[in-house]
Amino acid sequence: MTVNQKGLGIFVKYRDLIENALNGHDADYSEIRIEETDNSRLVYRGKSLDTIAQTSGFGGNVRAVTKGGWGFASFNSFEELGAKVADAIAQSKAVGGSKTELGEVEPHVEVVPAHIVHDPAEISLDEKKRQMDHYNDLVWSVDGINSADIIYGDTSRKTFFGNSDGSYIEQEQVHVISRISAQARNGGDVQQAGFSLGSQGDYDLIRGLDEQVIDAAKRAVVLLDAKSLEGGERTVILDPVLAGVFVHEAFGHLSEGDNVYENDKLKEIMYMGRKFGGKHLNFTDGAAIPGLRGSFKYDDEGTPATRTPLVRDGELVGRLHSRETAAKLGEKPTGNARAIGYNFPPIVRMTNTIIEQGEATLEDMLEGVEDGVYVRNWYGGMTQHEMFTFSSGEAYMIRNGEIQEAVRPVMLTGNLFGTLKNLDGVGNDLGMNQGGGCGKGGQSPLPVSNGSPHIRIRNCLISGA
Amino acid sequence: MSESLLNAAAAKFDQAEVYRVESESHQVSFESNRLKEIMRRDTSGVALRVIDDGRIGFSSTTDAGREAELVDRVASLVPFGSEASFEFPEPSGYPTVDIVDPAVAHVAQQSMIDTGQGLIERLLDEWPDLLCDARIGWSTGRGRIMNSAGIDAEYEQTSYYCSLGAQLIRGTDMLNVWAGFGSSHLFGEAELDRLLQTVRRSLRWSKETALATANTGDLPVIFTPRGVGATLLHPLMSGFNGKNVANGSSPLGDRWGENIVDERVSIYDDPLIAGASGSRPFDDEGVASRRHALIDKGIAGGPLLDLQTAGQLGKTSTGAAGRGLASTPSPSSSVIDIAAGDTHFEDMISGVKEGLVIEELLGAGQGNELGGDFRANVSLGYKIEHGEIVGRVKDTMISGNAYKVLSQVEQVSDSAEWVFGSMRSPAIQCLGVEVAAKDE
Repeated sequence: MTVNQKGLGIFVKYRDLIENALNGHDADYSEIRIEETDNSRLVYRGKSLDTIAQTSGFGGNVRAVTKGGWGFASFNSFEELGAKVADAIAQSKAVGGSKTELGEVEPHVEVVPAHIVHDPAEISLDEKKRQMDHYNDLVWSVDGINSADIIYGDTSRKTFFGNSDGSYIEQEQVHVISRISAQARNGGDVQQAGFSLGSQGDYDLIRGLDEQVIDAAKRAVVLLDAKSLEGGERTVILDPVLAGVFVHEAFGHLSEGDNVYENDKLKEIMYMGRKFGGKHLNFTDGAAIPGLRGSFKYDDEGTPATRTPLVRDGELVGRLHSRETAAKLGEKPTGNARAIGYNFPPIVRMTNTIIEQGEATLEDMLEGVEDGVYVRNWYGGMTQHEMFTFSSGEAYMIRNGEIQEAVRPVMLTGNLFGTLKNLDGVGNDLGMNQGGGCGKGGQSPLPVSNGSPHIRIRNCLISGA
Repeated sequence: MSESLLNAAAAKFDQAEVYRVESESHQVSFESNRLKEIMRRDTSGVALRVIDDGRIGFSSTTDAGREAELVDRVASLVPFGSEASFEFPEPSGYPTVDIVDPAVAHVAQQSMIDTGQGLIERLLDEWPDLLCDARIGWSTGRGRIMNSAGIDAEYEQTSYYCSLGAQLIRGTDMLNVWAGFGSSHLFGEAELDRLLQTVRRSLRWSKETALATANTGDLPVIFTPRGVGATLLHPLMSGFNGKNVANGSSPLGDRWGENIVDERVSIYDDPLIAGASGSRPFDDEGVASRRHALIDKGIAGGPLLDLQTAGQLGKTSTGAAGRGLASTPSPSSSVIDIAAGDTHFEDMISGVKEGLVIEELLGAGQGNELGGDFRANVSLGYKIEHGEIVGRVKDTMISGNAYKVLSQVEQVSDSAEWVFGSMRSPAIQCLGVEVAAKDE
């Protein structure tokens, strides 16, 4: 058991409350997670500020498992906490009919402070607004701009977690996010360009973006005159940001143990050692990689964060787990059980997902590409098992090994069992995308990051625009 | 509590509004053919919005212990707030809408479990290799809106829902199909049967795999009611959203009253439909609900407006304000009602020599929806050859523009079906959808 001395004296705000509430029940396992949040948000639409808001949240939940069945009860008030605990346990009994299996995790007692570089809480709202006003003005300073969409948000989330194994963990996370997007319009044709940023605990993220903002606004205007590609298969080269989204969608989701643990057919397909591509494919996920959006010390079941190799030398070597999916697959918990808030149970999620870098330079990958597309930046992505799509924020023609004029952004699609075999180039220039959030099971957006060097994919299916 | 918060705010600011929500829900979920989890959620919270010196301030909390802080928090925000182009409205009459079924909150947990179990067993009887998920649940909610102009209005709403999904894996080919329905009324066998039929039809049509023919829009595409929702609705609705209209990014900007699509297309936003998910007597700013023509026989009706966007455009609110607890109101649709046409769905299919049926998409909404564009991977769709469905298409993408596609309507089916309880639509057959497919 690890004990943080500083924590024991001063904090441990809800330790007794949680311990007492969980005491004396006969579920196989039970836990309580309490959460306090504070958020600030600035939204600009059109020419002016649309919303400035500060909100706060308080809530908690009880989760219990009996004979493999789960019960969950969430609340905004401690009134009748005893009844909530009894409810969750009674529900777990109504469900349970087999055996509770949870991966072994040593109990921890610890207070984990927020990872702070430049605390957004120490910056006045006035200053935040002046900063974003400035970016809004910059967008509008570009000729041809018709509208702007700008969001700034910061949030502090404190969680207080205790379970029947004896863990008590307090953690704070501070996130800063921003999205700046510009629109240009010509009659019924509306084009947009922008970028997203995020950090854990670093307000400086949103300083010094002048060049990027002006560049995005100019790109939106240029897109009005850019051509659309016809749909079909082409060689594509992805920049680190979009390649990060690619690994998240193309491989990350199917690595989540909850897809597999009760699905025998999928187990047969996703067996350890299965070959997905060449030796240059090495994928990793882990919250233990420090300082990123998806980093933390303990997950929402109190499991310490790890760093999990998913693919090594093109072969499947690991999976992401909660305590339950790990136990049922005979693997170890990886600390990937995460909940977006107190009113949701933790489910298996990614944290920071990476394509490890290789040796190729961008020039190496461009060489020999006669008719391809260089895709940068991201718009979104989605997965349904082996099928996935992801969208670029920018696209440029590649001809005879050279990146040429901008075309309208494209959507790319793939299939896990085909696309990774066509991934034939991995660059040497790892970069992280911290501006994204992930959605699953109605829980969105969960802070995650992903990253990659430039990658090349042959015969990738692209949509028409 | 709401009264004292409103009074404190009204004393300090020019105008004030308090919005309070409370809800209770209960859900049973099945995973991989087995009962997995039972959840209960109680939620409550309050939001304060004020107008002072012509600016808007907003704050909210789910922490009853911090409600008293809201007035001070808003006071620190309002000097920086956005400009208000409206005043909080005075009380008015509200229509009666049937959105409460007292039986909903009394559904026994065991009855929900039995419902889920029954649905899964019936599917497994026919398709023993399936892995099924199901969710059955209910919720009750209460929303109250009060403002310094005298509104104090409250309504209660009940909701009962059921969703059923099934997965079939053959080699590395994975098929996921599902169906869902929700209503403010408790429903029974007839609706559950419809869910089963939808899932069965998807499984049947997906028995074989077919290759889509790549084309630039010259082959017909039939959107099922769900396909209409998945493909066309969002890109279209963004043009009707008052915010996009007010800031000039709607392509409909100056086309109200003009013909924008085929005259067989009529789309309404109708929060007065009994039992529908999303119906309500008034919106989240206390403005009375009404049936609103978005497109009437091909002609653009008007945008969906809340108080702020109405003020910006010099119009009156259409009663379309929607909000979550932690966000300020903005225009949103309630229940979408699309008019049926006159062709039997079966005849639509049998009349197509070569084409696609689109049911569900993966990744829709990632493109440039503001201009009406859509593009996505076809996660569930079928190939038609010589009037018959020959199998499921995969590794296929569609793209197009909702306005252009709806200007090239070939047929509209004669029955409008509920899609998840909040949208009613017929199937629509169109040209103008570009299809990209992998060559094999």
